[in-house]
Amino acid sequence: MTTLTDNILPFSDILAAASDNPLGQDLNWLQNMRNANGALYGDMGLPTIKLEDWKYTNLTSLTDTSYRSAIEADGAASIDVMPCVFQKGNPGARLVFVNGMPRLDLSTPDSLPYGVTLEPLAQVALRDPAFLESHMGKVADDKDRSLLALNGAAMNSGYVLHVSKGVVIDSPIEIVFIGGVAEEPLANFPRNLIVLEENSQADIVVHNVGVGVGAYFVNSVNEVSLAQSSRLRMFGVQEDALEATNVSTTCVNVSKDARFSNFNLSLGGRLSRHETYVALQGTGADCKIDGAYLMRGRQHCDNTLRIDHLVPDTSSDVLFKGVLDDESRAVFQGKIVVHRDAQRSDGQMHNKSMLLSDGAEIDTKPELEIYADDVKCSHGAASGHVDETALFYMRSRGIPDAQARNLLIQSFLAQSLDRVTVDLINDALLEKITQWLPATCYRQQEWIEE
Amino acid sequence: MLEISGLHVSVDGKEIIKGLDLKLETGKVHAIMGPNGSGKSTLSYVIAGRDGYEVTAGDILFKGKSIIDLKPEDRAAEGIFLAFQYPVEIPGVANTTFLRESANAVRRYRGEDELDAMQFIRILREKVKELGVSDDLLKRAVNTGFSGGEKKRNEILQMSVLEPSLCVLDETDSGLDIDALKVVSEGVNRLRSPDNTMLVITHYQRLLDYIVPDYVHVLADGRIQRTGGKELALELEQNGYAEFTNAAA
Ligand SMILES: Nc1ncnc2c1ncn2[C@@H]1O[C@H](COP(=O)(O)OP(=O)(O)OP(=O)(O)O)[C@@H](O)[C@H]1O
Ligand SMILES: [Mg+2]
Repeated sequence: MTTLTDNILPFSDILAAASDNPLGQDLNWLQNMRNANGALYGDMGLPTIKLEDWKYTNLTSLTDTSYRSAIEADGAASIDVMPCVFQKGNPGARLVFVNGMPRLDLSTPDSLPYGVTLEPLAQVALRDPAFLESHMGKVADDKDRSLLALNGAAMNSGYVLHVSKGVVIDSPIEIVFIGGVAEEPLANFPRNLIVLEENSQADIVVHNVGVGVGAYFVNSVNEVSLAQSSRLRMFGVQEDALEATNVSTTCVNVSKDARFSNFNLSLGGRLSRHETYVALQGTGADCKIDGAYLMRGRQHCDNTLRIDHLVPDTSSDVLFKGVLDDESRAVFQGKIVVHRDAQRSDGQMHNKSMLLSDGAEIDTKPELEIYADDVKCSHGAASGHVDETALFYMRSRGIPDAQARNLLIQSFLAQSLDRVTVDLINDALLEKITQWLPATCYRQQEWIEE
Repeated sequence: MLEISGLHVSVDGKEIIKGLDLKLETGKVHAIMGPNGSGKSTLSYVIAGRDGYEVTAGDILFKGKSIIDLKPEDRAAEGIFLAFQYPVEIPGVANTTFLRESANAVRRYRGEDELDAMQFIRILREKVKELGVSDDLLKRAVNTGFSGGEKKRNEILQMSVLEPSLCVLDETDSGLDIDALKVVSEGVNRLRSPDNTMLVITHYQRLLDYIVPDYVHVLADGRIQRTGGKELALELEQNGYAEFTNAAA
């Protein structure tokens, strides 16, 4: 039984002041959107563990800190070393946010080809509000998700990527969110729009990185709309500070013959939850949703996703793998829904976890919901400890215990990483994984199959 | 080389080696034969130092020093090698990389310089040619999807890279075709030297035609029941183990 008193309603100060936010202040439709979402959030409050979808992830820890919405001045904080996921730098465009606010002086969006725009949300609100109005809230339009509503009401930042018909971007676009460079706990509500027109292609890496200590909160929403025969490959590296809470909602509409692939590597944060909702709307639409979570201490990481096969001949493939040490905890909730008309759907979903300690825990729930009769779907979940026989095998070849354990973790994650076919990004992810390993003595260059 | 005396070993609380004595001489090839479940693999694991194989009594001396408290990786670095009856698949780790990590780990322990990728490849190439291991197997992940025979060949390749002084071969002949058996045996024979010792565990006399043993031991019910020369293997081939299992019962 849910009563109003069960609701937890942090961020009410932020919501009360949302209409003063300079972002879209003179746009009526946006103010209306803020108000409507504020009302929705006010009714729902933050999700509690009484909700089916939130059984394993408890947000009450958000109430023990009072957060302030970041403003433009917070973005001016100085950054000593610019984090970059690419070891040798990225030849592509880059857009940097500090404390949630765009920093054009640290960004290099200029290398993009003609027909592509990559801009801070606020800039698009001034330059082309009609574009925003026609896309914002159109892909992420659920009324019953309170984090979505909170973002809709409190959005204070974000980026817009628009790729015109037929344009192919060669080098990965890098979006960097640097958090935690502030004296007090900040809250950020980035609203990001990605619009790929017909036959266009882009690769994008979103790097959430915390510098310094102290709590901050990020609640981002990504709205992705992929027109016919377009292709987006989206990668996330989440290494927020250990006191940070990062929740995000990514909603994707995939049209006929369009392809969406995603790999999220979760390393940081006290608590993170990444929700992904993909609608396969046109025949031939395809998505691959992958992730890896590497947690230790008392970290908590939740990946929740839902894929809707709405029309015939669509495919989805999901693989999440994770390694959990100490008392960390991970949640995987995945659902593939094949609608009545979606004949010949192909849906695969798997989750595997490796537990390095007895205190670690995985709660996993892969589900299929099938209303069509001619489909090819499977799902599964598994978890286990380090394979003692393999460990002994390596040690009997002289490889020290700690290093052998590292190798076994790398071996376990290789299947996931192999699916990342962009070399530059594969290298970057491998480097991040290697840095995380319990014993870092191992040289990583070529452990993976050539 | 290796001296085992009064050895008792339990696994998960069950005693499997029950007072075993065995002396392996330097420069010699010793064969162990015995019925299924008699404790041959268990003995090989205990020599290599596997966790969970608890020595409840007795001792194992390697080159005069007790090794029962040494970690498996240290025993490997000291010169003990075990070719597994069932080599383990390690997906995602390239065979070459694994071989080099293993070689360098042992070199580090011995205070020798590590080999870089180029140096290692040069050494590896020779060994590979001798053993007829294909390049493809080097590039692929360790043992992953290898045929039974390819796995065994890979064990011998690892052995020849590490150049151990005591080689324990647990049923390396099982799953090999005639040609592979010859290649593998030649590989083993090449490592025979006055300084090295081989302990060959097998069910078949055939292997011993290629790797001719100096001694044959019968292991049944957790103990060495009899020791003889190579002719003992022929006798066992004819009469089986009835005599020893009865004696054990
Ligand atoms: N973990 C364990 N718990 C209990 N019993 C075990 C365990 N491991 C091995 N054993 C038992 O120990 C005995 C010896 O096994 P071992 O593998 O050493 O035999 P073996 O001589 O190598 O046999 P084979 O010729 O079939 O390879 C067997 O009866 C086996 O079932
Ligand atoms: Mg055996």
